[in-house]
Amino acid sequence: MQKTSNVAELQAIARRVRRHIVTMITHAKSGHPGGSLSAVETLVTLYFDVMNHRPQEPKWPDRDRFILGKGHAAPVLYATMAECGYTPIESLNTLRQMGSIYQGHPDVRYIPSLEASTGSLGQGLSLGLGMAAAARLNGSPSRTFVVLGDGEIQEGQVWEAAMFGAFHRMDNVVCIVDYNKIQLDGFVKDIMGLEPLADKWRSFGWHTLELDGHDVAALQAGFAEAAATKGKPTAILAHTVKGKGVSFMENNPKYHGVAPTAEELEKALKELG
Amino acid sequence: MRYELKMGAATREAWGKALVELGRENRDVVVCDADLSKSTFTHLFAKEFPDRFFSCGIAEANMVALGAGLASAGKVAFVSSFSAFVLNKGFEQLRVTAAYPGVNLKVVGTHSGISIGEDGPSQMSIEDLALACSLPGFVVLSPSDEVSMYALVKQAASYPAPFFIRAGRAKCPVIYTPGDTFQIGKAVELTPGSDITLAATGLLVAESLRAQQILEQEGISVRVLDFHTIKPLDRDAISRAARETGAMVVSEEHLVDGGLGVRIAQVASETHPCIMEYVGVRNTYAESGTPEGLLDKYGLVAREVVAAARRALARKR
Repeated sequence: MQKTSNVAELQAIARRVRRHIVTMITHAKSGHPGGSLSAVETLVTLYFDVMNHRPQEPKWPDRDRFILGKGHAAPVLYATMAECGYTPIESLNTLRQMGSIYQGHPDVRYIPSLEASTGSLGQGLSLGLGMAAAARLNGSPSRTFVVLGDGEIQEGQVWEAAMFGAFHRMDNVVCIVDYNKIQLDGFVKDIMGLEPLADKWRSFGWHTLELDGHDVAALQAGFAEAAATKGKPTAILAHTVKGKGVSFMENNPKYHGVAPTAEELEKALKELG
Repeated sequence: MRYELKMGAATREAWGKALVELGRENRDVVVCDADLSKSTFTHLFAKEFPDRFFSCGIAEANMVALGAGLASAGKVAFVSSFSAFVLNKGFEQLRVTAAYPGVNLKVVGTHSGISIGEDGPSQMSIEDLALACSLPGFVVLSPSDEVSMYALVKQAASYPAPFFIRAGRAKCPVIYTPGDTFQIGKAVELTPGSDITLAATGLLVAESLRAQQILEQEGISVRVLDFHTIKPLDRDAISRAARETGAMVVSEEHLVDGGLGVRIAQVASETHPCIMEYVGVRNTYAESGTPEGLLDKYGLVAREVVAAARRALARKR
């Protein structure tokens, strides 16, 4: 893989990742397009610019670690990792089929280069803090990045983890909330509102920033600020649009967990270019 | 063979001491505890290795997944609390972050069973073996005394699998001699016998030995088996005991539902069905009281093991 800090190049990769996402979910006839599309820039910026990792040596001890707490957004992780060279691009369309390495939710038994099997919401930040604690004990520069869904942080365990992260001064951890404002049953504000969300993270002792989660340059600046923040972990509230990049999916709760039809895929790919 | 059964330390204390020894031997041993370290005896480790001890506060779900993260990153991670809390509040985390990916996490639950006494049922874990055994890939240990606990904790640390280890609060009789060896997955035959088998785990091993002494006086030849490993079960010892003695009593400080007894019955039914009786907690929660008083009231004593053995022997005739 070729890492880059060039915004246009990262945007081009993001476009490819979006095309993979809608295509693989259409082939699978089920899956979660909305929350996969909302997290694309976050994952692409991390994997292609920010994180230190080696696709040819996935167990390199000092690698930065990535955990997708919102495991149902597996397609964005699979597509990004495939673009990095961890797994084959050509079999992405086997998503959710029996025997495929691209299981419905991330599964380390099938893809050992994943850091964690996720899918039950609320556990990713705890796992990430554990990995970060191990890195600190080892004197490793490894940092850990955890992406949580906004609906996911309704889980109480997230706030247990948030307390732990601040109390133990885990400044090698960055938690990104993919704040796309929609969960399965509808809009977050109607299901279990989270606001004032930045105040919550700050009051739990996290260095907290808010940014446009589709703005690659803003993400780069946010991750740089997190890296420079010592003595406390950083939470990044990435304001995003669910279904970003496909007009009929954008901000539409229906596409939390419904696959596009063949006609919709054609339209989506045309829009994505 | 007659066991003296002198009173020794609680298995929770033996676990805490083994943990310190492990800490000295291996710098990768780390420990997480949820504000019960003085009760679980992990405070001994915390005192000697403060950098490798993670105080998690009263937050078991986070603790379990955090431990799984540490283990995933190569640490020999022990998480500990009362069994009732770490298994019940952390169960989903045990399932998804440890069992499902096969992470090398060690879970030690203390204060198991009803012998914790006065604190009452909210703190009493009587379903922990059933829960832990339902996690694919987990090894489940339930040592009967301080010697076996110490030895098995040491072994578990270097055995690459997720573990649940059950420890008790109350002091308990010493069965083994330091230096005795134990093999994970292999029951210990404490006495040979041909008329009936008394299989047991935890505190009920000593009670089964007391029952054996009573029955032997009547000329009954009693085999006593200590199942310190609940999973994987020693199928060979079970099928041999079933075949050679024809009757078994399984005793445990746990619900009969989902406990050692039904697991042994399954193996017997698959290998050599035999007459079986069970001593355990039956479809109820206990109450506050002295440990001795509760064990007596709920029938987890030699007297009940003897009664079950007599029923089994009567059915056998």
